[in-house]
Amino acid sequence: MNQPVIKRIATRLVRHVDGWLLALLIALLTVSTAVVFSASGQSAARMFGHLTNIALAAVVLISVANIPPHILAKAGPPLYALGVVLLLGVALFGEIRNGARRWLPLGIVSIQPSELMKIALPLMLAWFFQQREASLKLREYGLAALIILIPLLLVLRQPDLGTALLIGASGFYVLFFAGLSWRIIAGLGVVGALSLPLAWSLMHDYQRQRVMTLLDPSADPLGAGYHIIQSTIAIGSGGSFGKGWLSGTQNQLDFVPERTTDFIFAVYSEEFGLLGNVVLMLLYIAVVARGLKIAEHAPSMFARLMAGVISLNFFTYVFVNMGMVSGILPVVGVPLPFMSYGGTALVTLMIGFGILMSLATHRKLLKT
Amino acid sequence: MASPVIKNLQIELAQYLLRLKVGAGFVLVLGLILIARLVYLQVIKHEHYQALAESNRIALVPAIPNRGLIYDRNGRILADNFSAYTLEITVSRAGDLDALLSNISALIEITPRHLRRFRRLLEESHEFETVPLKSKLTDDEVAILAANRYRLPGVEVKARLFRNYPAGEGLSHVVGYIGRINDADLKLLKEEGRATNYKGSTHIGKVGVEHFYENQLHGRTGFDQMETDAAGRAVRVLSHVSPVAGNDLTLHLDLELQRVAEHAFGDYRGGLVAIDPNTGGVLAMVSKPGFDPNLFVDGIDPATWKELNESPDTPMVNRPLRGIYPPGSTIKPFMALAALELGLRKPHDAIADPGFYSLPNSRHRYRDWKAGGHGIVDLHKSIVESCDTYYYRLAVDMGIERMHGFLSRFGFGMKSGLDMQGESSGLLPSREWKLKRWNKPWYAGETVIAGIGQGYHLATPLQLAAATATLANGGTFYRPHLVKSIRDGATRAESSMPPEVVFRNAFKPENMQYVRHAMMDVMRPGGTASGAGTGAVYAIAGKTGTAQVVGIKQGAKYDERRIHERHRDHALFVAFAPAEAPRIALAVLVENGGHGGSTAAPIARAVFDYFLLGKKPAGIASLEENESAGD
Repeated sequence: MNQPVIKRIATRLVRHVDGWLLALLIALLTVSTAVVFSASGQSAARMFGHLTNIALAAVVLISVANIPPHILAKAGPPLYALGVVLLLGVALFGEIRNGARRWLPLGIVSIQPSELMKIALPLMLAWFFQQREASLKLREYGLAALIILIPLLLVLRQPDLGTALLIGASGFYVLFFAGLSWRIIAGLGVVGALSLPLAWSLMHDYQRQRVMTLLDPSADPLGAGYHIIQSTIAIGSGGSFGKGWLSGTQNQLDFVPERTTDFIFAVYSEEFGLLGNVVLMLLYIAVVARGLKIAEHAPSMFARLMAGVISLNFFTYVFVNMGMVSGILPVVGVPLPFMSYGGTALVTLMIGFGILMSLATHRKLLKT
Repeated sequence: MASPVIKNLQIELAQYLLRLKVGAGFVLVLGLILIARLVYLQVIKHEHYQALAESNRIALVPAIPNRGLIYDRNGRILADNFSAYTLEITVSRAGDLDALLSNISALIEITPRHLRRFRRLLEESHEFETVPLKSKLTDDEVAILAANRYRLPGVEVKARLFRNYPAGEGLSHVVGYIGRINDADLKLLKEEGRATNYKGSTHIGKVGVEHFYENQLHGRTGFDQMETDAAGRAVRVLSHVSPVAGNDLTLHLDLELQRVAEHAFGDYRGGLVAIDPNTGGVLAMVSKPGFDPNLFVDGIDPATWKELNESPDTPMVNRPLRGIYPPGSTIKPFMALAALELGLRKPHDAIADPGFYSLPNSRHRYRDWKAGGHGIVDLHKSIVESCDTYYYRLAVDMGIERMHGFLSRFGFGMKSGLDMQGESSGLLPSREWKLKRWNKPWYAGETVIAGIGQGYHLATPLQLAAATATLANGGTFYRPHLVKSIRDGATRAESSMPPEVVFRNAFKPENMQYVRHAMMDVMRPGGTASGAGTGAVYAIAGKTGTAQVVGIKQGAKYDERRIHERHRDHALFVAFAPAEAPRIALAVLVENGGHGGSTAAPIARAVFDYFLLGKKPAGIASLEENESAGD
């Protein structure tokens, strides 16, 4: 008697899941589980925690995938407004952790509103462009820029340069896919390059330190340079085929810092080598390719913008994290998507991919 | 109506698809940049990073070898090791040092001496080194410190090997001591390429046998190749090279004999060297007063150091090795032999001694020690009664050059080559020397007083003993030697150090015999040391001597009672026994002891009695009793 009910619920749930994306995410998360186990010093508890996070994230993924795009679009403005209010709250009442005011204490839990903004800003912008689709003029792009700048400046004030740049990038991707003219893009590029010295003078000491450390890690081998030195040693010593799972000395002997979270790529690289890295990179590019494929066939302005932004954003995180761990970008606190241990980042990612799946699957439903 | 919108939409869609391609291209470019970076790190620079990863994880932990032990000839221990807990502080991790020290004092007893020593060691050490505060902790103290460890940052309780010198003060100048390696030691080790063998070692031989035989005693440092984690904790041992213990040394020295000799000195300062004339082995080497070498092992506190250094008794001076004294009349047997060997005198040539000697055409009188003189004096009597006048004249006949040449054959004026650092070569004067040193010609009067071992001539007790040993064995100069044999730390194989002949003199046996007989009569009634010879069941050949500390004016009289104690003459005595087949030769110097016959000769007698007969004077505790009574 129960059988058909369960079956109906199951088919309903699965109906909005994109098979390709799901297969790729399962592949990535399988690798991730193995690496987290190795990086945590073979801690079963840590691996169990990771699996719990994955289970939670899967629920989020399927739930979001089941939300129709038009409802997602409507959620844009309120989420954005909430995000801005919370960021203002942080600026006024936020907790200071590690020298930056990023966390907002809300009774028993503390939240990091900038994390919410990573989703809310693209939603808001995509909703905005969807509304103005018929009459896209320079004024619309100007308004969009304002929508970007409000949260960007608030995050920058915390100070959190890394997240601010990522939020700025996601905003820019929306403008880009919304058809911002090449001339303006080139102009922004020139202005950006010219304002670098100004940005340098406005930077906090620790931010300058990170940039300097990138240029010459050995200048401060026991301080800020330590992370980069040890992670590049881990990667380099991995060689072509790696030292083997659970056998990375840099990893197992605790030389790699933050090795289950932000620096997990160093652990993976050491144990699986260049071959593993190429496989991982192909997996990531396949995810992006699938996302762009979904974008290509997206039926609405909102869907096109969201699918494009989520795909590019995803790869931006990959690039920023790998670039940081391998020593070509400064150290910013960005986890490696689908690899690093950590519930919040995984849930945020899954919301994005849930949206992507929703866009992909509801399109078919609309057509039939 | 609808068409422009649709057319517009289509243009927009085409534009959007183009931008998707641009986006895809952007992703591919970024992906290729990352792959290029990874190829650079993992393929091109792989070996470099591989090496860095290895050096990251592998640490060499030195394993310190046990220092070789030092024994006397009978297997009695002179220097050994024991393990004890020490309280050490790493200052860089201690934070507020004064607060820490007062916290520690509240827990266990810390004396001002500990603190003074700690402050001094602190000045000499580097910031990240551990500096000992208190050593030889009791079990209770270790427990208290362990329980309170959490509130004592930078404090460590370490098990360490310590050096112990059971003989204490008596052998301080022979065995010497080890001390903490200082910057000068480290520099020397580096120059000699031995620094790697001292990784982990904290102590090194500073003086005496401990210093001279440092390379034998130290042993070879082993290494544990350890895999360490980022915090430096050892995870596992990859390879292990065991340390090789240092070699054990056995000295010629007889600890009991040494103690008898020391005891015989009583409260006098001075030195004694006893040598086996058949090997050159040093049987006893006394320097009074001495010091407790154990004070130096963990670093000495500045107050005690100052006290030792500034004491008028100069306990830090190794008298047998570095104390230089005029040999006085102890030179006469050598002069007598020279007279016979050089054909300057026949045994029965005699002079009439008026109690003084004057050079031709001079009215200056070189006085004999005995006012009025010794009457008719032949060579035999000149030794027995120590007649100065005889030797004034002999010296003039011999001339300073021949005197220098002959006395050189007994090792005067040169380092004996004892296996110990810092030996003084004394001074055997010659014309050449005086011209070089003072840029002045040699005066005839200087030859006269050289005849009785006064003037420029200076000798160490060691030189006198070595010369006496050469006289005793008939003319062979053996290099005086402290170490008799060395036992390999690894194989335990014992290898003895063979006697080393520095040079042989071919003296006529009858001349040797003549001098020996005269020296034997010194110990008999009528001789200058007859008191010390009384009742000896073996024959002793000896010669007394007196070395002036302050000059006596022409015409003035030396009166022992009216002279300051430290201006009194030094008493000297050289001897060997049994006279016909010598087994021991010695030189005794008693500072401000007055006459050789009355203070120095009895010391020699006590040494002979113990060495040849096993007779121990009353009032000298046996070693076992002493050990249980001490500490």
